[in-house]
Amino acid sequence: MKYMMFVCSDTEPDTDRENWPDIEAWVAENDARGRRLTGDVLAETSAATTVRVRNGELLVSDGPFTETKEVIVGFDLLECADLDEAIEVARTHPMARAGRIELRPFADLADQPGD
Amino acid sequence: MTDPSAAATGDAVAAACADSYARIVAALIRVTGDWTLAEDCAQEALALALERWPGDGVPANPGGWLMTVARNRALDVLRRASVERRKLAELALLRLAGPEPATGEEIVDDRLRLVFTCCHPALSLDARVALTLRVVCGVPTADIARALLVSEATMTRRLTRAKTRIATAGIPYRVPTGPMLAERLPGVLAVLYLLFTRGYDADGEPALADEAIRLARLLVRLMPDQPEVAALLALFLLQHSRRDARRDADGNLLTLDRQDRSRWDHAAIAEAVDLLARARPAGPYALQARIAACHATAASAAATDWPAIARAYDELARIQPSPVIGLNRAVAHGFAHGPAAGLALLAEARAGGALDGYPPAVAAEAELTARRGDRERAAALFRRAAAMCRAESERRALLDRAADLSS
Repeated sequence: MKYMMFVCSDTEPDTDRENWPDIEAWVAENDARGRRLTGDVLAETSAATTVRVRNGELLVSDGPFTETKEVIVGFDLLECADLDEAIEVARTHPMARAGRIELRPFADLADQPGD
Repeated sequence: MTDPSAAATGDAVAAACADSYARIVAALIRVTGDWTLAEDCAQEALALALERWPGDGVPANPGGWLMTVARNRALDVLRRASVERRKLAELALLRLAGPEPATGEEIVDDRLRLVFTCCHPALSLDARVALTLRVVCGVPTADIARALLVSEATMTRRLTRAKTRIATAGIPYRVPTGPMLAERLPGVLAVLYLLFTRGYDADGEPALADEAIRLARLLVRLMPDQPEVAALLALFLLQHSRRDARRDADGNLLTLDRQDRSRWDHAAIAEAVDLLARARPAGPYALQARIAACHATAASAAATDWPAIARAYDELARIQPSPVIGLNRAVAHGFAHGPAAGLALLAEARAGGALDGYPPAVAAEAELTARRGDRERAAALFRRAAAMCRAESERRALLDRAADLSS
C-alpha cells in the first residue's frame, strides 16, 4: 500500500533528548529497502500561498490554508505492506519525536479492501 | 419451550456457537479478507443449524458442520462475484481448526489474528471494544448497543466504520511478532479489562464480564507463554468470584468486610491462585491479581494480609504510577500501618489534583478519618462522596455508612 507520510511540527516535542535517530540514515535505509519512494522538506508557511476561485474570481492570499501551530513541514511517499510496516517506518523518523507524523493511504486503494 | 429435545438442541447450538463463531469468522476473514461476508456466512450457518438440528439431530462434529456450511455459503457468494481462482481454491480447503496453508510461517490460530486486528491501536478504543464483542464474541449488535448505552443505529455505524477503516487504513490481519508483540499485547489486554469492568461495575451489564472471562481464557490457551495474559484471567476470576456476595437482599453493594465469604466462588479463587503462581515475572495485572488474591484467600476481613497488599501497591505504583493506584496504595497502607500513614499517602496522591471530583477518593478519606476516631467529620465526608456518585447502589452504600457513624 502507498502511504503519504505528512511530517508535522508539534508544540509538545519529546522531552527525552537521548538517542534521536539521524534523518540521513533514515532516508538511506528506507530508500534501500524500497519503502520510501520520494520525499522532501517544505519551506516555512510564511512562504505559502493559498489560491481559490469563487464565482470566476481568482482569490490569492498569503499564508497557509489554516492558521495552526502544528504545520506540515515535509512529506515522504511510502510503499509498505500494511499499516504496521508504515508505523515502523514513521516511528524511526526523527520528527516522530520532534513533531508528529500522519500516515494517509491513497483513496484509490479504499475501493479494493482485502488485497 | 417444554419439549426437552428442543431445549437440548438449543443448548447444542448455543455451545457450538460459543465455540465456533470466532473460529469461523476468523478463518473466513483470513481467506477472503471480507469482514462482512465472514460474519454473514457464520450467522447463516448458525441459523441453518437452528432450523435443521431439531429435526435431523445434532451432527457428530457441530463445529465442523457449521464451518462447512459457512464456507460453502462464502464460496457461493464469491463465485457469483467472480473472485479470483486462488482465493476460491483456498476457501474450498478450509476446515475447522485445519492447518494453515503451508507458507513456512509459524502456525497461528486465526482467532488470535482476529483479536489483534480488532484491538489494533489505529482503531479508537470504542471501536475496538465494539468490534471485539461483535466479531470475536459474536454478540448481536443490538445487545452490544444496549450494554454500551448507545442506540443500535449508532452501534451499527460504529461497527461499519471500524471495518471500513481496517481495510482503508491498511490494518493487517496478523499477530505481531518480536518487540511489536510486547508493544501491542497491553492494548489487547486493556480492551478485555475495559469489557470486564463495564460488566462488573455496579450498574454494568453482567454479560460483558462473562465475555471478558471467556476471551481471557481463549488468550491464555493461545498465548501460554505470556504471564500477563494468565494474570489478567486470574484478576477477572478473583473479582468475579464475589459476584453473588457483593450485594445485600435489597441490592445494595456490600464492602468486602461485610460480605458472606462462604458465598464467594472458591473454585474460581483456587483456579486464579494457581494461574497466578505461574504468572512470572509480575507485571501490572499480576500485581493487581496478587492484591485481589490476598483479599480472596483471607478467612475473614480481619485476617487480610494488609502488609502484603501494601507491598504489592508499592511495586505497582513504581512500575505503573497513576492517581488511582496512589489512592488504593494509601488505603492499603492505612490498614497495614494505621490511618495516619494512609491519610499521609492519600494527601500525596491527591496533590496533583487528578483525584478532584473522584468519589472513591473522598470515600477513602472518610473511611480513614472514621478509623482515626473522628466520626462526625467522617460522616460528613461520606455524605459528600455520596453526593458525587452517579451509580445509585454505590450512593446508597455511602449514605448508609454516614448514617452508621451519625447514630
